[in-house]
Amino acid sequence: MASPLSFPEEVLEHIFSYLTLPSDLNSASLVCKSWYSADRYSRRSAFVGNCYSLSPPSLVSRFPNLRSVEIKGKPHFADFNLVPEGWGGYFYPWARTMSVAYPWLREIRLKRMVVSDEALELIGRSFANFRVLVLAFCEGFSTDGLAAIAANCRNLRELDLRESEVEDSSGHWISRFPDSFTSLESLNISCIAAEVNFPALERLVSRCPNLRSLRLNRAVSIEHLPSLLRRAPQLVDFGTGTCSAEVHPEVYSNLVGAFAGCRGLRSLSGFWDVIPAYLPALYSICFGLTTLNLSYSTIPSPDLANLINQCPNLQRLWVLDYIEDSGLEAVASTCKDLQELRVFPSDPFIHEANVQLTEQGLVHVSLGCPKLHSVLYFCRQFSNAALMTIAQNCPNFTRFRLCIIEPHTPDYLTHEPLDMGFGAIVQHCRDLRRLSLAGLLTDRVFEYIGTYAKKLEMLSVAFAGDTDAALHHILSGCDSLRKLEIRDSPFGDIALLANASKLETMRSLWMSSCSVSFGACKFLGQRMPRLNVEVIDESNDPCSRPDNCLVEKLYIYRSLAGPRFDMPEFVWTANEDNSAMRSSLALSY
Amino acid sequence: MESTGCYDKDLNLEATELRLGLPGTDQTEPTTNKRSIHQTKEEDQEGGSKVASSKAQIVGWPPVRSFRKNSVQPKKNKAGTEAEASGIYVKVSMDGAPYLRKINLNSYNGYDQLLVAVQSMFRITIGRHSEREGYGGSEHAPTYEDKDGDWMLVGDVPWEMFTRTCKRLRIMKGSEARGLGCGV
Repeated sequence: MASPLSFPEEVLEHIFSYLTLPSDLNSASLVCKSWYSADRYSRRSAFVGNCYSLSPPSLVSRFPNLRSVEIKGKPHFADFNLVPEGWGGYFYPWARTMSVAYPWLREIRLKRMVVSDEALELIGRSFANFRVLVLAFCEGFSTDGLAAIAANCRNLRELDLRESEVEDSSGHWISRFPDSFTSLESLNISCIAAEVNFPALERLVSRCPNLRSLRLNRAVSIEHLPSLLRRAPQLVDFGTGTCSAEVHPEVYSNLVGAFAGCRGLRSLSGFWDVIPAYLPALYSICFGLTTLNLSYSTIPSPDLANLINQCPNLQRLWVLDYIEDSGLEAVASTCKDLQELRVFPSDPFIHEANVQLTEQGLVHVSLGCPKLHSVLYFCRQFSNAALMTIAQNCPNFTRFRLCIIEPHTPDYLTHEPLDMGFGAIVQHCRDLRRLSLAGLLTDRVFEYIGTYAKKLEMLSVAFAGDTDAALHHILSGCDSLRKLEIRDSPFGDIALLANASKLETMRSLWMSSCSVSFGACKFLGQRMPRLNVEVIDESNDPCSRPDNCLVEKLYIYRSLAGPRFDMPEFVWTANEDNSAMRSSLALSY
Repeated sequence: MESTGCYDKDLNLEATELRLGLPGTDQTEPTTNKRSIHQTKEEDQEGGSKVASSKAQIVGWPPVRSFRKNSVQPKKNKAGTEAEASGIYVKVSMDGAPYLRKINLNSYNGYDQLLVAVQSMFRITIGRHSEREGYGGSEHAPTYEDKDGDWMLVGDVPWEMFTRTCKRLRIMKGSEARGLGCGV
């Protein structure tokens, strides 16, 4: 008995195809059964923030017509070697299920997953219209897998291997793109250590007229760049290889001409080991640059400043701390459109500062660049005063990540904790979505965060806080929190158990070298069936120790799939039984 | 007849002691830190004496991705260890200067950058290097002591070899310099 106002499902599906945000579609699907059904069949893309939050069959069953999937695997701290090898995040089970269910799949984007050559071969075989493959921070595959993609994906548009670990089998995978293959629009091989076959690369670039993004690897030396650039003057984004060869006048003038021909270049990266003398070759296109990634270049501040002074339209800048405060002053006065700044440490393991980069650099940029909203900044000293100034200058921050190299470093002027400074950040920056804390911090700063950081989605804590009250402030106060990662902070059972239900509203919680007991983990795991509580302990079987023993590493995430089946022997999970159980059934991948 | 122990109390040394932490709190090492401080693999290698200057490295700290860490290392020598690559500090002396300086050879890409830095540091000019005449004609010549204990002219060998073998630098003056620079 359909109401006179109800639409046929095809009409609903058509209307829903105009909704692009997953959150909007999710809301629509909750209205009634017919809307749920319409959304189900019309959904074209899915984002799985944690590959273990649901099983591959349940994804394909809910959304049978996807064209694009994005899946993330390991927790963020895996980037810093805190997650042991073999922890998980395997893509193959997803590849296998999707190869059957989604013959029309076009796009796969993966982050921090283990991707095998078999999985890549499966992709090549299974999806006739495959267009986009992005493997960010992934591992487990070799150039053989890439060869399978090259050879079989006739309509490939994008192959982006962003900082993945690729085992070298041979450099000839590039040659596997057939001569008839012309659809490439974006190629990022910057992470590949070995040489690729350069003539094959040249021919590939020549025959792909829509190529707009090309990021080379380190093995390509500078004298090869002009020939590539001349074959692709339509490039918008270019990443060089190594630029350390001694400057020869001919190579230099060739380079100048080649860059000048690329009128549409907006983004540059690469520049490994670049000799400053090469930089003026870029001047002709600097005016149009909106993105500049010099974070692999060890060029000193004056040369950096000279280059940056040519780039008034820069929106995103990634550099090493060689830029120093003086270079950042140049940024502040030249780059009025700057939105994102990342300053990486050139020598993170020495105690003394090797460069003149302090909090002043960031203060200058915050003052001079009104559109700045995203910051990642490594330095060795900071002050509450500087943080407060920055907060007042930039109330529009969405991402603020500070790292002071030495843990527990107080305000260098007053020797106090940096509580007030970060308090100012969260008070002024009401749209803050991501925050990484730094320096000496007490429970106080967490009180501020819980009170003001209502839009905060991701928080990183290291060597901070005094008691469980801090963790309680975060979990009870941060309404939008999705991801929380904590290391080396004295937070324990009380706050965790008191906020157990909060954990179901978040994607995940990581705690390592904190004060959580094994007993609390078991308790949580048993009481909360929709949470997977995983204890990582490489040295011992935690079951063999008393419940009050502290766990090394803890990863809690919400899941509809229950405990996973592919846990290695150093991962334990608690389940409904009265004793903790671990399973080391390894699914082949 | 009070012992020095009581005298210490009167001085209240603890109050003036510099340490990281809130005033008034007792300084006890948080247990979590002890567990997390590991010697990373890179520590246990030849560069031992050079690593001693940096503290025991905490696993995964600072939070820099391996790809980035490895990319920014200056070109590693064959025996390359991360300890060595993270800083080759050598003393630089100049004849007549009252004190020495220290520089990190890894922060330079080659001889040009090194010499620019040295000239700026000591406010001198050093001429151009030529194979035949060294720095002939200039008042100063940069020399270095290599692993064999010999004093060599800076610039003769490839840069990587130089960074591997240089133990310290010395800016020689005047006639002494010319002696080194003479050809065959």
